[in-house]
Amino acid sequence: MELNAISIGFVVFTVFTLGGALGVVTTRNLFQGTIWLMVSLFGVAGYFVLLSAPFLAAVQILVYIGAIAILITFAVMLTRSIALIKARYIRTLPNFIASLALFLILLLGVTVPIFGPHSPESIPDYVASTRDLGAALVDENGYVVPFLLASVLLTAAMIGAIFIARDENA
Amino acid sequence: MEELCTGLCTILVESGADAGLALFLSLLVGVLLVSGVPLITVILLIWIERKVAARIQDRIGPNRVGPVGLLQTIADMIKLLSKEDITPTAADRILYNAAPLVSFASVVLLWAVIPFTPFHYGVDLEIGALYFVAIASFGTLAIMAAGWASNNKYALLGAFRVVALLVSYEVPLVFALLVPVLLAGSMSLVDIVNAQNGMWFVVLSPLAFVIFYISSQAETGRAPFDLIEAESELVAGFNIEYSGMKFGMFFAAEFLHVFTNGIIMAILFFGGWMGPLYYESPLIAFAWLGAKGGLIYLTTLWLRNTVPRLRIDQIMAFNWKFLVPLSIANLIVVSFVLKVMQELGMAPRDILSAGFGELLPTTIILLLFNGAMIFYLLGILRKRGREARRESQAARAEFAQTAHVAGH
Repeated sequence: MELNAISIGFVVFTVFTLGGALGVVTTRNLFQGTIWLMVSLFGVAGYFVLLSAPFLAAVQILVYIGAIAILITFAVMLTRSIALIKARYIRTLPNFIASLALFLILLLGVTVPIFGPHSPESIPDYVASTRDLGAALVDENGYVVPFLLASVLLTAAMIGAIFIARDENA
Repeated sequence: MEELCTGLCTILVESGADAGLALFLSLLVGVLLVSGVPLITVILLIWIERKVAARIQDRIGPNRVGPVGLLQTIADMIKLLSKEDITPTAADRILYNAAPLVSFASVVLLWAVIPFTPFHYGVDLEIGALYFVAIASFGTLAIMAAGWASNNKYALLGAFRVVALLVSYEVPLVFALLVPVLLAGSMSLVDIVNAQNGMWFVVLSPLAFVIFYISSQAETGRAPFDLIEAESELVAGFNIEYSGMKFGMFFAAEFLHVFTNGIIMAILFFGGWMGPLYYESPLIAFAWLGAKGGLIYLTTLWLRNTVPRLRIDQIMAFNWKFLVPLSIANLIVVSFVLKVMQELGMAPRDILSAGFGELLPTTIILLLFNGAMIFYLLGILRKRGREARRESQAARAEFAQTAHVAGH
């Protein structure tokens, strides 16, 4: 890989993503864990920028860091003894085997064409704009059905949350 | 790479510099300029803020250091810098020290997309408006981190309240922000300014502007939403353990955020650098943006020094039961009316090239719909106010009754 701004950016954001993920699973402090999670998610937003998808990058920051991670910190702060978690998850051997197997499958999938042939398609010159993305979401040949299904799912989840949270006596 | 090399960069290349180096240097100068302007502005802003507050409270304000107290902020800065840098022993050191930086950076980063003149802006992002919202969420994160890392119960309680406030008011803010985006047909701030060539968006949708104004007042934590530093309730709030320049950074971020919001509102609703003779010189265009932003900024100061603080439950009820439904309804009405008018051929499909005359029917109809909504809302508010007044009067009468009986 030649050394240019994009490859340097790729390395930096990979460090953010993987380093953050490592922080999440190694820290004993739940709050610091959520901060590491944000670092990792920020790295993913960087990938979107590198892939010329600024809309997805901004949404990644807005939804994952601005909303979900902030909500997680809320939940974490309302739980007791967040600083020093004594409980340990000790089944190391099954975990080790499972993660190794997953890693090998992923490695095989990337290097050997077992999940269908690797088609060496060149990346098209045309870079889709945010306008194209919006049109694809409501186009009947595009993603209108998944889009509507997701909307219905979210509405159902919201109504469910309101129903559960509602005061019985009110 | 070549198309990036313009202005200063071409001059450097012509004078014999290496192309890569010239590009790097010119980008560096641009970044320093765009981030330097807010850093210098904030020094002046603190002086303006203190002067205005003093005048409203019938005082003189800073008047000893320099002419009319102009150098007061510099003196304060030196004081803050020379203070002892205290980190509480039980604090989370890294987060504690990072929080003020993130807080300040979250405001300075906003300036990257602000179009100062038709030709001068940091970067014209395709998603400018979304960038504005996304970067603002870093400010929330900084307050949360500061509150938790200080390891102080007042700081934590303060952070909780503030984050609840910020997250809630982001909802109407985004819905109001969508109206200019919808009208301009673009999220780029440069396009939004250009689209207001015919008519300012504040005329097309005054309701969206009012919602945006109220929510951004809450986002900056200013009265009547100043839970962020309620001295009488929480000692100080999320920044109680901070001292010296770290405390100063939080405050500089807040002062700058208020002014930045003024500039953003000028861009979204008041045509940014549009104004008589703006095409003559970039300086005139820049002056128009500064004048509009400054005027909106002054009204926020006026409001801040006039109204009392609301309770947290009142703030939340106002947001979720009034502002959020209103902002959603406003967005639906504006988009529906605009689409119907476009189908009927009464509104121009391409607002970027539309002049004043072409936009006149759209303006009148949208104004009528906005007026109807405002009239209906005022009715609701009057009814609610009357009910609240009757309740409080009944409570008072009951109290007087019992006091009278107890007296005998």
